[in-house]
Amino acid sequence: MENVGTESSSRVAHRPRVLRIKRIVEETPTIKSFYVNCPEVASVAHPGQFVMVWVIGTDEIPMSISGAGKDGELRITVERVGDATERLHALKVGDQIGIRGPYGNWFDLSGEKLLMVGGGDGVAPLAFGAEVASSQGKEITAILGAKTSSELLFRSRMEELSTVLKLTTEDGSAGVKGLATDLLEETLRERKFDSLLACGPEPMLKKVFDIAKPYRVPVQISLERMMKCAIGLCGSCCVGPYRVCTDGPIFMGEQLERVSEEFGVFKRDKCGRKVQVAATRS
Amino acid sequence: MGSDLETAVGRLRLRNPTILAAGILGLTGPSLLRVWNAGAGAVVSKSVSREPSEGYPGPTVVQTPSGLLNAMGLPNPGVEDILGEFREAKKGGATVIASVFGGDGEEFASVAREVEKAKVDAVELNLSCPHLETLSIIGHDPDLVGGVVERTKEEVKIPVWAKLPGNTHIQNLVEVAKAAEAAGADALTVSNTYPAMAIDLETGKTILGHGGGGLSGPAIKPISVRLVYEVYEAVRIPVIGSGGVVTSEDAVEYLMAGASAVQIGTGIMERGLGVFEEVCSGIRSFMKERGFGKISEIIGLSH
Ligand SMILES: Cc1cc2nc3c(=O)[nH]c(=O)nc-3n(C[C@H](O)[C@H](O)[C@H](O)COP(=O)(O)OP(=O)(O)OC[C@H]3O[C@@H](n4cnc5c(N)ncnc54)[C@H](O)[C@@H]3O)c2cc1C
Ligand SMILES: Cc1cc2nc3c(=O)[nH]c(=O)nc-3n(C[C@H](O)[C@H](O)[C@H](O)COP(=O)(O)O)c2cc1C
Ligand code: FES
Repeated sequence: MENVGTESSSRVAHRPRVLRIKRIVEETPTIKSFYVNCPEVASVAHPGQFVMVWVIGTDEIPMSISGAGKDGELRITVERVGDATERLHALKVGDQIGIRGPYGNWFDLSGEKLLMVGGGDGVAPLAFGAEVASSQGKEITAILGAKTSSELLFRSRMEELSTVLKLTTEDGSAGVKGLATDLLEETLRERKFDSLLACGPEPMLKKVFDIAKPYRVPVQISLERMMKCAIGLCGSCCVGPYRVCTDGPIFMGEQLERVSEEFGVFKRDKCGRKVQVAATRS
Repeated sequence: MGSDLETAVGRLRLRNPTILAAGILGLTGPSLLRVWNAGAGAVVSKSVSREPSEGYPGPTVVQTPSGLLNAMGLPNPGVEDILGEFREAKKGGATVIASVFGGDGEEFASVAREVEKAKVDAVELNLSCPHLETLSIIGHDPDLVGGVVERTKEEVKIPVWAKLPGNTHIQNLVEVAKAAEAAGADALTVSNTYPAMAIDLETGKTILGHGGGGLSGPAIKPISVRLVYEVYEAVRIPVIGSGGVVTSEDAVEYLMAGASAVQIGTGIMERGLGVFEEVCSGIRSFMKERGFGKISEIIGLSH
């Protein structure tokens, strides 16, 4: 039985591989990492890409790849926010989930000095990126933000991987009190970076984009939009003319400039109705 | 854009015979415009109803070795919210066809009346949805289809296309096609996806969140070409082919079977948005090689 499913999956790209959860790590009170053996995805995954996770009986949702090992181990890191993520959090080692992907484009890790800005669960793809970049000898400066100290995702992982790590919390329980973007300006003034990578709540991303503009550093920003098909057909993930699932999720500054009426302003819900970004989960 | 590829669906002229199929990248104005700018001859929107709908839970798509299955569940923001998107696409110069659906003739007609306000070029009735009272597919019942088309024609001046479900019961399909024609439909789109299912062997569960879904892509092309051929024989109004168009050969085959234009959906997954220009330039070369001067010379050639 073990191989029957994988055989038919291997003939087509867009079919979930049903796998057993190998390990679960509680990262913060609201975030857990799930590990599965999925060499077909892990061996070709790049930081910034995502998979569609079939939470069997509930829904299928997009999740960034937060790590991929040479041994075929694939990692996703999930914040509990609603139905499907709640259900995922209730699963145990040995339970099944489906994975299809990897999807989307990925961070360009070229250049020597990288600046990463992550908020909340947005640190997930950045940590994978930091892992790959640091193995190539790149110098990483990272600013991580969260509501409170216990919600700082991948703090020790990022401590190991980065040359400079700055922390912010909204309640001041760790690092500087405030938002990750509060430290961005001074960081950009301190030194010149070859690239700025950011992932997190959209109001934060918009601020990153605005603050970085005068510094002329190439920015790569990872966007989240409602994803259903992930193969560029259904149109639920559109931002301006772009499909976040296939043209993104990483967008360059020039692209974001083109969609300035949408980026940081509104997203679309499951029906396709506009919802203000400030009103969505941050 | 050479005018050699121009075609007409009744009184609606198209710059070329490739149309974006309903439900593909059709929820927003900028997205419809992108497909138009990529070379489509017209773009059909996502099917829209009176009230907003979230659609079905995922997985909403799954690929099989013989085609793509989807069960999106007709998610849409409701007609009121989508009018702005249509207006934006029209402002960008696109030829826009609004796909509409409802549980009965009244809803179809009222949604069609709303979309006409956004100055769309035609309305396509998605008849592949269940009738509210019976939950059987409207598009299998000649009387229901006749009623829906008639009510819609009373409400709008723009052309009304009726899109038939993927239905291999050819006698029934032809009856439905004739009923739509008799009720005043300006064109028929043949056809939607075919009922299908995929089951995961590890869990024994259906993969699509909804259970069943619709099959699209190259697998259904020969079936839909047959349906187009049969419907073309039975009616005098224009037919539009839909199902598995990926290359210009596919498109020409539909034209020969009797289609005045073709719609492309799943082909975008295989070829990207360049598929419209690829198909057009392939048709152009074919016409040149064989000495055809106009698309109309190919339409229905196999009859
Ligand atoms: C490319 C991408 C990468 C992502 N990576 C991560 C990650 O690494 N870790 C993480 O915790 N979250 C990630 N997300 C967000 C995650 O997909 C949503 O939090 C999740 O889908 C919520 O599902 P739910 O059923 O629990 O919530 P629901 O109750 O269904 O909805 C809660 C909110 O979640 C969002 N959401 C719901 N369904 C979807 C969907 N199908 N697609 C996108 N957003 C949705 C909406 O904003 C919604 O308002 C990512 C999203 C995208 C688009
Ligand atoms: C993801 C997806 C969504 C679709 N949504 C709709 C829809 O909203 N209304 C409709 O009439 N047809 C819908 N269809 C059917 C297509 O318009 C088309 O008729 C069918 O897929 C066959 O053509 P293809 O093989 O070129 O995709 C959808 C198809 C797919 C794959
Ligand atoms: S999720 Fe369907 S087009 Fe991107």
